[in-house]
Amino acid sequence: MNSQTPLHKVQGMGASHSGTGHFWRERVTAVALLPLSLWFGFVMLGLAGTNEVTMVQYLASPWNALLMAAFAVTSVYHMSLGLQVVIDDYVHAAGTKVFLLVLVRAAAIAIVAVCLFALIRIASV
Amino acid sequence: MADNPQKPGRARPLSPHLTIWRWQVTMLASIMHRATGMALSAGAVVLAWWLVSISNGPEGYDSFMAYAAMPLGVIVLFGFTWSLAFHFCNGVRHLAWDLGYGFDKHIATRTGFLVLALSFLIAIACFALVWTGHAGYLQ
Repeated sequence: MNSQTPLHKVQGMGASHSGTGHFWRERVTAVALLPLSLWFGFVMLGLAGTNEVTMVQYLASPWNALLMAAFAVTSVYHMSLGLQVVIDDYVHAAGTKVFLLVLVRAAAIAIVAVCLFALIRIASV
Repeated sequence: MADNPQKPGRARPLSPHLTIWRWQVTMLASIMHRATGMALSAGAVVLAWWLVSISNGPEGYDSFMAYAAMPLGVIVLFGFTWSLAFHFCNGVRHLAWDLGYGFDKHIATRTGFLVLALSFLIAIACFALVWTGHAGYLQ
């Protein structure tokens, strides 16, 4: 006896629960990171060797703050998707695997939170 | 996370590992993509540290620069620069594959060499710009 509805059977993607979701999110963030990384490189070179005052001035401007926030959020999201694959590939002990997966997510949220808080603090000086 | 349904203690056959293959540039690029991705995770932490140091005012930023200006700091920053350049270029290669382009064996080999050379070129160019005083143009 199977209590699953036909729709559930269609949507049920086995143990992964997600189908191509992870693959797709990794690609979308990768494409978004193409222009964002070019902008980030442009900014890093442009700020290299300058002082703190210049950096605060540059990062306090709304567009620059938003772009830096977008770069931080997108790259860290892409990072957590990538690290998840590494863990899936190499860590086979169930307990360690769950622990590491949660650790990666928690670290990702922490890194993003710190970046955004710092950016808000820079903008409100 | 299914546990091995076989009886425990029985040696399972393994597929051939890294050490048995002749190295190819496609294989190297694939491994480097994962390695640089992992290195850039540490880079994300440094990005957060850098932003916090700026938000802490001149003294805070000086404390970051004290580490960044050390020989080890410069080497690490070069590592992040090259990692980002490689992961970016090889990422474009992967996205092209996803769209069905460049998957031919000989083209994949050529783009593998291209991506490796380009990544070092970009990283060295970035540091050359800084050291010759051509960076810092946002001041």
